[in-house]
Amino acid sequence: MARSNKPIVWGLFAAGGTVTAFFVPALMVVLGLAVPFGLLSPNDLSFDRVYGIVAHPLGRLILFGFITVSLWHAAHRTRTTVHDLGISNDGITMFICYGVAGLGTVLAAVFLLLL
Amino acid sequence: MSERQITLEVLRYRPESESEPVFQSYSVPCQEEWVVLDALNYIKDNLDRTLSYRWSCHMAVCGSCGMVINDNPMLSCKAFLRDLPDHIRVEPLHNFPIERDLMVELDDFMDKLKSVKPYLIPDQPVAEEDGTYRQSSAQLKKYKPFAMCINCMACYSVCPQYGLNEGFVGPAALALAHRYNVDSRDQGRRAREDVVASNTGIWECTFVGACSEVCPKNVDPAAAIQQTKIASTVDYFKDLLMPGKRDKSGNAKQAAGDGA
Amino acid sequence: MTNPPYIRPIPASWWLRQGRYVRYMIREATCLFIGLHALVLLVGVYRLSQGRDAFDAFLAALWSPAGQVMGAVIVLMAVVHSVTWFNLTPKAMPLWIGDRKVPGWIIVGGHYGGWIVVSAVVLFLAGGLS
Repeated sequence: MARSNKPIVWGLFAAGGTVTAFFVPALMVVLGLAVPFGLLSPNDLSFDRVYGIVAHPLGRLILFGFITVSLWHAAHRTRTTVHDLGISNDGITMFICYGVAGLGTVLAAVFLLLL
Repeated sequence: MSERQITLEVLRYRPESESEPVFQSYSVPCQEEWVVLDALNYIKDNLDRTLSYRWSCHMAVCGSCGMVINDNPMLSCKAFLRDLPDHIRVEPLHNFPIERDLMVELDDFMDKLKSVKPYLIPDQPVAEEDGTYRQSSAQLKKYKPFAMCINCMACYSVCPQYGLNEGFVGPAALALAHRYNVDSRDQGRRAREDVVASNTGIWECTFVGACSEVCPKNVDPAAAIQQTKIASTVDYFKDLLMPGKRDKSGNAKQAAGDGA
Repeated sequence: MTNPPYIRPIPASWWLRQGRYVRYMIREATCLFIGLHALVLLVGVYRLSQGRDAFDAFLAALWSPAGQVMGAVIVLMAVVHSVTWFNLTPKAMPLWIGDRKVPGWIIVGGHYGGWIVVSAVVLFLAGGLS
């Protein structure tokens, strides 16, 4: 029996699971809810300020890593859950899930480079 | 001693006359301190000699009498009637082919148990004249909880991945592999990885965690498997970055190259 | 004529049979919302690259009533993800000090503590250090 190459996707899944567990709730509160609920002022999320943070080389790097591991976490868990639901054609599931995550990774890199 | 009338609904499968299992009810006068196995023995002795099931020690060490009692896999010798309602449903373990009544086929489990090399693989075996392996109590503590398995297969019965995935090595066997991997006398982790870290090994596990909840011996297969995943992932990337350094312990490199 | 050993079929609805499997499926389903959150970020970066007006339109959509509902659902499921993820850490990463195993609740508690600190820092920095 050969050893599996799953450590690659599982590594991304586990890294993504840990990072998102720490950051996603607060980040989504800031981005989506804080301004409508009056916790932050619209100025805190102004184009200039957000651009300044994201376009900084470190900002681009961190955001790229964050989006990537989030996507691969979601992709890998979706794949196993689809299999759990009795859809046993794992080849197609894998192609779609990892395909979307891979495409998202490339797009994230392109968008962040063009910023 | 008080007596209690209990209805046991037992899943029967008689392959010589039935093509699928059916439930059969027995009304059993039970003693207060009985376990489900006592009730089954009463049926066998007094009501229906054809009922088949496995048991041996009646004291939760042999692991023979695992069955599903009211939807939970447990040792029937440890399932006290005082903890159960008056109507009890008894089925064979899930995820295994039913041979007859409450007896399931063990072959697949036995093969998988063997496949993980569940024995010490030391770099330098201690020869008899040198004495024995030395191990501190601290080193013993690291693996002892994983060494308590009695092969009752309750964990396989609740593991959805074992049911859904042909070939999955499964909780007890992977926990046993971990038991040796973390034993200070053993250097066989790399040799075991050919099975343990294959596509039908640890990577089929999705950490449902049910195995650890039902274990009558408090082994924690779910923990063992996640720890093995982390160790195997580290090994995988080490091999990727430093190829050639791999077969330091055992025959791992050669066997992995075979691919079979 | 003897029939072969009987294999009980597993229906696709197997996970509805027991509470533990339903809880497991809810845990696994959180990943869809982690993925959705990643897509929101991806679109956000894209709109940011298109300039001021595009980014403002992105924020307006995110802050519309429908966007707020989506945001709230993502936050809720992300919290479920965080809680279930951290609760399992002692099993995946047990800690030993000498020959003593660190109790699981300390490892879980440490993660919760880190989570609170991280969340506070993110909120604080978002407020422009004010």
